[in-house]
Amino acid sequence: MAIPTSTSGAAVHAAGIPSPSAPSDPVGVLALQGDVREHLAILNGLGVDARPVRTAGELAVCAALVIPGGESTTMARLIEAFDLEAPLRRAIAGGLACLTTCAGTILLARVIEDGLPGQLAFGVLDLTVRRNAYGGQQASFEAALDVPAVGSEPVRVAFIRAPTIESVGPTVEVLACHDRRPVAVRQGRHLALTFHPEITGDPRLHALFLRGLEARPGAGAPTG
Amino acid sequence: MPAETNGHIATGTPRIKRGLAEMLKGGVIMDVVTPDQAEIAQEAGAVAVMALERVPADIRRDGGVARMSDPALIKAIIGAVSIPVMAKCRIGHFVEGQILQALGVDYIDESEVLTPADEEHHVDKWPFTVPFVCGARDLGEALRRISEGAAMIRTKGEAGTGNVVEAVRHMRAVSQGIRRLQGLRDDELPSAAKALGASLELVRETARLGRLPVVNFSAGGLATPADAALMMQLGCDGNFVGSGIFKSGDPKRRAKAIVAATTYFDKPEMLAEISTDLGEPMVGIEISTIPREELLAARGI
Repeated sequence: MAIPTSTSGAAVHAAGIPSPSAPSDPVGVLALQGDVREHLAILNGLGVDARPVRTAGELAVCAALVIPGGESTTMARLIEAFDLEAPLRRAIAGGLACLTTCAGTILLARVIEDGLPGQLAFGVLDLTVRRNAYGGQQASFEAALDVPAVGSEPVRVAFIRAPTIESVGPTVEVLACHDRRPVAVRQGRHLALTFHPEITGDPRLHALFLRGLEARPGAGAPTG
Repeated sequence: MPAETNGHIATGTPRIKRGLAEMLKGGVIMDVVTPDQAEIAQEAGAVAVMALERVPADIRRDGGVARMSDPALIKAIIGAVSIPVMAKCRIGHFVEGQILQALGVDYIDESEVLTPADEEHHVDKWPFTVPFVCGARDLGEALRRISEGAAMIRTKGEAGTGNVVEAVRHMRAVSQGIRRLQGLRDDELPSAAKALGASLELVRETARLGRLPVVNFSAGGLATPADAALMMQLGCDGNFVGSGIFKSGDPKRRAKAIVAATTYFDKPEMLAEISTDLGEPMVGIEISTIPREELLAARGI
């Protein structure tokens, strides 16, 4: 399998998989801080109207939201300082589906271990996550990950100062494990990852998320 | 690179080294000289801290040879925060780089702020597991550093001055260099590569992307939220702020404001609010009053 570079890879992979019917409403990428550009590139490669979101007004028009990788404590500070917590909670309670990678997964978790005192946790995903559980940057790694929900070909992904998922609630479906720990999970229409498919450019997990949007909120998501 | 089976992992690859810089985008990396300052920076929303014994303004004032910081200080700062910790080695001083890697820092800044250890060679950064960031004044410098293995670039600016003019000059020079490449025919790129002193492969990649192949931050002289937003509007991916925070009247408030201005860099109404009532900024230095031999940006080109 050719290893694509971050932005050009989306189109290469997209040609090989069934194209999801792109949602007609825009998909937002929370753009307070982090690897926003890479998520926008993958979504655009999948034919989605993808937009950066930094304000409640920009959030209001989105059908779904990607919360990218970055520094979870920085994003939390900005969400608090610019009064985005309530609009995000309302939108998610109203059915906004989220795809989260790394820091995004930490933000939406129910319990954060090794976070800052009082670090904002939305409690949307019934997960306990541990920040920086693999160690510092020198322990960051690439891996080829089996994710049966997106096909038999392993997904090449990057774990960058990644968190681990220490435990999952009963409504959480584990889609992939690494080192015997869950690294990709689905809860309703939310898809949460501890790694970065957007850095390696494989669009299949984004495509899986988009296909899940076609399901009615609350109905079981298709298994891909 | 061959595909690996599930469970086999690769650390320190170019993608992993560049990848952490991608995660820092849109954020502020703050110079800190104590664990307390590191905690203040983290609390204010810094995406990373740069651990050092003296901020550039003090290095400039004190003179003498500036070296890698004491490992005890770096370890104390790593222990104080959960965000990434960077530290500086001298240009060309690959043993300081080895020591910083052994200390477990998350990024090394091969920095002209310290006294260069080698006037001809930079550190060969490819063999390291830890990623490096390097300063650049123009596109040629940036591409030469990337050829040596830098996983992130920043403007040099003129550190420790509180004067953003040099960072602006360097950011514009890099951007103009890239736009010039984009206007060239394919058969004109080899000559451009020669003029830049950079490899043809990197020149081609940069022309195709319309940006550097690695993340490009600003650094050197930023002191206000407006400075941070200016650099973002000029096209950088995020900001380093050195002396500008902890040499100001109210570091906590200023740190938060610079973080906010880096995110909302293109919204003047918000910037007006963010810039209000921050206390005294650091005192700046007019670049033309600095003796030529004391300018830091000319080190390591």
